Amino acid sequence: MTHEGNLSPRELERFNEIVLPYLDAAHNLARYLLRDAHDAEDAVQDSFLRAIRHFDGFRGVDGRAWILSIVRNTCFTRLRGRRSGAENVEFDEEIHTAEEPVSGPDVDLERRAATESLRDGLERLAAEYREVLVLRELEGLSYKEIAQVSGVPIGTVMSRLARGRKQLMQALAPGGPKENG
Amino acid sequence: MQCEEVRDVLSAFLDEELDPLRSREIQEHLDGCSSCADALGRMRGLAQRLRAEAPYYPAPDSLRARVSQAAWRDAGRGRDSGHRRGIAARSWLSAAAVVIALAGGTWLFAAHQRQEGLASMERDVISSHVRSLMASHLMDVASTDQHTVKPWFNGKLDFSPPVTDLAASGYPLIGGRLDYLSGRPVAALVYQRRKHVINVFTWPDERAPDSETPTRTEQGYHVVHETHGGMAYWIVSDLNPEELLAFARRVTGEEKGPMP
Repeated sequence: MTHEGNLSPRELERFNEIVLPYLDAAHNLARYLLRDAHDAEDAVQDSFLRAIRHFDGFRGVDGRAWILSIVRNTCFTRLRGRRSGAENVEFDEEIHTAEEPVSGPDVDLERRAATESLRDGLERLAAEYREVLVLRELEGLSYKEIAQVSGVPIGTVMSRLARGRKQLMQALAPGGPKENG
Repeated sequence: MQCEEVRDVLSAFLDEELDPLRSREIQEHLDGCSSCADALGRMRGLAQRLRAEAPYYPAPDSLRARVSQAAWRDAGRGRDSGHRRGIAARSWLSAAAVVIALAGGTWLFAAHQRQEGLASMERDVISSHVRSLMASHLMDVASTDQHTVKPWFNGKLDFSPPVTDLAASGYPLIGGRLDYLSGRPVAALVYQRRKHVINVFTWPDERAPDSETPTRTEQGYHVVHETHGGMAYWIVSDLNPEELLAFARRVTGEEKGPMP
């Protein structure tokens, strides 16, 4: 790692203006990709430290796509690390049962159940599908922006979104997900 | 057009990501095919549900603090090394006149920068004050007890803000929160005088000598800037300037004892 990329005061201002505002988006994406609160926080911190170190080399204007691509790469590297650590990440029951409840005592139960089933459905998708769905539906990115973040062609974004939506609809349909669908 | 072909691009149609020609073809098919139109409806329903009901996980405050602190620290180092590089580059200039001219220019530039810095900080302080009143985010920790508020900042900041008890003088502490000014995390202590909220922003500034700048008024808010005991303070409120200044001198520790 180089340690030369110290920010000048002007760069700090620019960093605060075009990158820092996307900290929430970065954290939300990492949380969905890694499905673990602690890991997500850790990955986002890593990503931002990396971003700060390399910010002097960033010449673009789209700070959001830039930081989100750093975050997603960090997360996918961690996911690969987990996978090689023997467990299968795609259908991990433990992660779902360990979830903290979303709510206080006053929250409408039905709504809470709906939210939980959505989150469950999303978390059971392959990470590549989760990624495009979160970026599209929760962040409102265009296909072109998603392609920049994920580093894949627009056509791939298109087919991942189509497939991700289809699988999520199946998972949410009455009767639940198909066992080996 | 076959249904199968339509279903393949329905998702992109929903997102309005197809070219106009293709999009028109799909629309025409949908007008005449209720089963594909239903499929689109279900997909739209899912998209709306995701937006409305899927949990969103914003960054925790502690993460936000660590990240902005990291950026701020990195920038601190950057300024130092830049300064050293500048001196090295100029070292071949031996003529005294050139050195003096450069030094004079730098001094003027620095003074100008400081003026600019103060003015922009004043704007930041006021907008932070206004935001704290509007966004129902006045306090992260609500407490009138300095021994509760002070430890709350532990681990959130790399310094411990001085918290003074002025309740007896009619300025009760009502809480504190983490705030950001000029890209660095700062402590915001919230005091009250009658109906007026007073925000005290503070952070360490060890290089600066003790000082007090005259009270300034902007957008109906009064701002006092003081440096005392290695801490910078920006104090802002719509309280009248006389009381605010008296309060400022107590809260910074510049004056002690009961207020007049």
